[in-house]
Amino acid sequence: MIEAIGLTKRYGRTVAVDDLSFTVHPGRVTGFLGPNGAGKSTTMRMVLGLDRPTAGRVLIDGKPYTELHRPLQTVGALLDAKWVHPNRSARAHLRWLAKSNNLPNSRVDAVLEAVGLTQVAGKNAGGFSLGMSQRLGIAAALLGDPKVLLFDEPVNGLDPEGILWIRTFMQNLAAEGRTVLVSSHLLSEMAVTASELIVIGRGKLITQSTTQEFIDSATGNTVLVRSPQLSKLGPLMVDKGFTVRDGADGALSVSGATSDQIGDIAAANGVVLHELSPQRGSLEEAFMQLTGDAVEYHAEIGK
Amino acid sequence: MTLLAVERIKLFSTRSPYWCSALAIVLGVGLTAIIAAASEEQVSLGLTQIGSAQLAIAVVLVMAAIAVTTEYRFGTIRSTFLAVPNRTSALVAKTVVVAFIAGVLGEIIAFGSVGIAKLLSSNSDLSINTAAEWRHVAGVGIVYAIGAIIAVAVGILVRQTAGAVSILLVWQMAAEGLIGFIPKVGIKIQAWLPFTNATHFLTMGADSPEQGGAGIDFKLSQWGSLAYFAGIAIAMLVVALVVAKRRDA
Repeated sequence: MIEAIGLTKRYGRTVAVDDLSFTVHPGRVTGFLGPNGAGKSTTMRMVLGLDRPTAGRVLIDGKPYTELHRPLQTVGALLDAKWVHPNRSARAHLRWLAKSNNLPNSRVDAVLEAVGLTQVAGKNAGGFSLGMSQRLGIAAALLGDPKVLLFDEPVNGLDPEGILWIRTFMQNLAAEGRTVLVSSHLLSEMAVTASELIVIGRGKLITQSTTQEFIDSATGNTVLVRSPQLSKLGPLMVDKGFTVRDGADGALSVSGATSDQIGDIAAANGVVLHELSPQRGSLEEAFMQLTGDAVEYHAEIGK
Repeated sequence: MTLLAVERIKLFSTRSPYWCSALAIVLGVGLTAIIAAASEEQVSLGLTQIGSAQLAIAVVLVMAAIAVTTEYRFGTIRSTFLAVPNRTSALVAKTVVVAFIAGVLGEIIAFGSVGIAKLLSSNSDLSINTAAEWRHVAGVGIVYAIGAIIAVAVGILVRQTAGAVSILLVWQMAAEGLIGFIPKVGIKIQAWLPFTNATHFLTMGADSPEQGGAGIDFKLSQWGSLAYFAGIAIAMLVVALVVAKRRDA
């Protein structure tokens, strides 16, 4: 379990992370979502004791990272796949990491096998493709068989096959009862990877909820209704307390009601329906709507 | 001990320490070989250590500095701090390993230089008998080891290869010598400069006029100069460790 309490990081006058509190639970993949520059990486670095918080603290299973004994056995992290010496072999990279936490060399072979790098273990890490580097980074994170795992933008720049592999891998790790925190700026990716979301913008917590709740609340429930008897149906909807707006092509757009409710009301009042379709805003629109005010670097679209 | 093993694996699983070591040996021993082969007169013991004490040391300082700066350059220092959150012990382990290797290299180059001079100039008397002669040759390794501590400290503070290497080379090879040109106060300042004191430690006095440090009014004995050099190195390392501990990695 990861607990952040009032986590704050200031660089001079810039506030990168602002009074951030959240909890990451074991047994599920928790997505850490926010636009670029929202403070995701800074937060992860503070979780791992690399950066010192200006205020607040973050605990892993009740302890700050820097007080963990042999931390690789508790926490595995992939912050940047390029954090390897280009002229050192993948195996040597894992060997010194293993040695530092008194892990047996058999773990090195085991994690190389787990990420499918056994064949190229003797090759220098500098020659690895991005996908292979990510796998090596994941191997390093898994070295100590940790209960807590952190991944910073693990799918960035990967091809679809690599994305699917990492996604499945993370879900399997969570299914084994581990705590998995994965950051991304892509809601569409998180929607299929994470079951819980921590959403931040400009260093502030926007919401922590399940992915489904977040998507529902963000996209809203609108239903498009088409009927020759709209003049009769419209007032009925308003009476029930739903918000009704004129949609395109003389249709009605009803918010706050499910399509089931509207269908029942129409049938009860003998109204003919030609179309009844729940409308889903895109995830990107929803995300923009929630974090729009919290994007650090704005560029006007279409100007 | 674990951390020493970690730093040993890290250092020897890349190529640059091998290249730097080979280069230091070739330069240090090679210069002596050229001097010995070219001189028609006898070669003095002091002359055999020009290469080790004044040329090869620069390569060793560079090797020590890049052992740290490449870790910053490639981000492996962060992986290190993730694996070993106690930054001080991680960096001290690295310093010990690098200083030890520098020391061993220093002895190889120093005694190798004497050996090659004996081979190429067989009429020279190059036996090492007196305490001063032993200090002059065996002391090179000690100076390398302490110099490596300074280089590691500079590497930690500057974090960039180009910056750290420039500082070390200008400092060790040029700046301390040039200060002597300042009228009146120059040689007084020089008596307190670290690498000048290291040279003072190695000198055999009037027996080794080739060595630097002539004309400087040292206030310390030769072993005192070594202790002073070591003290500066430790002080710089302590500053570097404190900075590394406080700084965001």
